[in-house]
Amino acid sequence: MARTVTTNRKILNTTIAWAIGLLIFFPILWTILTSFKTEAQAINDPPIFLFFDWTLENYAVVQERSNYMKFLWNSVIIAGGSTVLGLIIAVPAAWSMAFVPSRRTKDILLWMLSTKMLPAVGVLYPIYLGFIKLGLLDSRFGLVIVLMLINLPIIVWMLYTYFREIPGEILEAARMDGASLREEILYVLTPMAIPGIASTLLLNFILAWNEAFWTLNLTAVNAAPLTAFIASYSSPEGLFYAKLSAASTMAIAPILILGWFSQKQLVRGLTFGAVK
Amino acid sequence: MYFSKALCAASAIAIIATGAAQAETLTIATVNNGDMIRMQGLTDDFTAKTGHEVEWVTLEENVLRQRVTTDISTKGGAFDIMTIGMYETPIWGANGWLVPLDDLSDDYNVDDILPAMAGGLSYDGTLYAAPFYGESSMVMYRTDLMEAAGLEMPKAPTWSFIREAAAAMTDRDNEINGICIRGKAGWGEGGAFITAMSNSFGARWFDEDWNAQFDTQPWKDTLEFYVGMMNESGPPGYATNGFNENLSLFQQGKCGMWIDATVAASFVTNPNDSTVADSVSFALAPDNGLGKRSNWLWAWALAIPAGTQKEAAAKEFVEWATSTGYIELVAENEGWANVPPGARTSLYENPNYLEVPFAQMTLDSILSADPKNPTVDPVPYVGIQFAAIPEFAGIATEVSQEFSAVYAGQQSIDEALAKAQAITNDAMEAAGYR
Repeated sequence: MARTVTTNRKILNTTIAWAIGLLIFFPILWTILTSFKTEAQAINDPPIFLFFDWTLENYAVVQERSNYMKFLWNSVIIAGGSTVLGLIIAVPAAWSMAFVPSRRTKDILLWMLSTKMLPAVGVLYPIYLGFIKLGLLDSRFGLVIVLMLINLPIIVWMLYTYFREIPGEILEAARMDGASLREEILYVLTPMAIPGIASTLLLNFILAWNEAFWTLNLTAVNAAPLTAFIASYSSPEGLFYAKLSAASTMAIAPILILGWFSQKQLVRGLTFGAVK
Repeated sequence: MYFSKALCAASAIAIIATGAAQAETLTIATVNNGDMIRMQGLTDDFTAKTGHEVEWVTLEENVLRQRVTTDISTKGGAFDIMTIGMYETPIWGANGWLVPLDDLSDDYNVDDILPAMAGGLSYDGTLYAAPFYGESSMVMYRTDLMEAAGLEMPKAPTWSFIREAAAAMTDRDNEINGICIRGKAGWGEGGAFITAMSNSFGARWFDEDWNAQFDTQPWKDTLEFYVGMMNESGPPGYATNGFNENLSLFQQGKCGMWIDATVAASFVTNPNDSTVADSVSFALAPDNGLGKRSNWLWAWALAIPAGTQKEAAAKEFVEWATSTGYIELVAENEGWANVPPGARTSLYENPNYLEVPFAQMTLDSILSADPKNPTVDPVPYVGIQFAAIPEFAGIATEVSQEFSAVYAGQQSIDEALAKAQAITNDAMEAAGYR
């Protein structure tokens, strides 16, 4: 029997949802607003919300001082490369765990996740020394590998969860029809798991885009992405909040736009399997 | 004929080879502040003079510190020049991680570097980093509020005068706090301030055998005075205020006095950013009549990591950026108020610069700081607001967190000092000092 929801209840739920949404979005909105203020307006107490003389000066300063496109391109390559590489490795791994589990599958999954519990700084020196030896310091390729490895447990976990929702009988039927393992994964499993794969791809792209420890510590000039771009405008000795906000807005704009246009796929993927 | 052709070819190869060796691209790691950004804008002058190109890696101070420390300690070679401070220079110099700057050209006039700066950037008498700009700390105060309180700020005030003036200037109804000073946790934030302040109260971090001294009366006196004064006249939430928070308060007219870095003087007197620009004056950091003032000494300096393949070009850049010629270049382009202060003696003999309102007080503050003898009683370390040993940053960050918890009312002074004593002694024992 369908549950009846009163109009008042609907209004209340909608209001609460909007309030929570706005609360979460407020820091981003405030950053965007601050980027159009002067430095003096940015620190004004009480804070100025909308009624100030809007200026593009901060964007002009940032554009003049930094090569934004170079940082942006590095971010695209590093985030995109690490996500795609991660998927190439994670799809077969998740397939085997979901459809051919062993006694140790659960242990392996937990072990993979446990690597996320290690503070990154704990392995900074070994990885840095490895990068020096391999000539990977300040290279996009090196960062693609590192970020792929960091996000691989999440990719495998997400895909494993999605694959578990797919009936194994369908794959069995494909096998009986003569499909090879490669064909089974590529032409049967993958199309069925597209929403899950898409949301995994998007989420990991966002995680890689925002990663700020390795991207700052393993780069200098050539491979520095947008996280380094933002870090160059932060200062504990000097009030540059408006310029920092302009740099931050420019850094998050691409991912914000991507998230906006792909929100349906993202939500669908994240709730995939919740309702059968 | 054959000989002359061969000679020409050899000459051409030599010229190309020399040219290739001369034209380098230097990678420089630096900190994000006004002076450094200004230098980046003037780099074309260096390129025009030497042919060398420069690539900048600009980072926030704490990120920069972690980044360059990782690189130099692993001999990563990511940077040809690093911007480092007075804390790192003697430690890295002792480790052999930096190129000694003992062969700078005669034109550079190394003797012109302020002695306090040269001393703090040297190890065993050898200069390892050239100061780009230097700073001490001083009192910045509102002349109008001081006048309204019926007081006159002496050039060299005592802590008791500062506390009295702060109470007199405080007007809670109008959101005016008599005094704003750092309370934020972090060895370079509130930790730096309280350490420099403690020197004037006769406290010290270690005795000559590296035993922690937080169980002594001068430390208790320091914290009791600080907390008492700030509770009376400080801004709400001062436990989380650092340089930027206090700068913001002062610029908006919400502080009667602010004791902090001398470089802040150019911010608070800039009418574009500060609402009180025309009513600010300066005094030396306070003392307690014990012979030590509570001002610190710091420099951002340019150093060359040992092992760089571009040492000669890097030295050319260091000479250019820290020379009197560079100061004149900035003055020509941006005015004397914007030249990097606190590095060279000749700057303070220049009548154009002495017209800048905070120039003389900055020099006096720097000259009154002695990093080799920072405390009333003798200590085994160099440094005023820090002890130049590798362990200090970690220990002082933990200790300053305990102190900030006192400022926030989360624990008592006695509890914090007992914890500081234990933290410090344990760390020093583990490091083999005790």
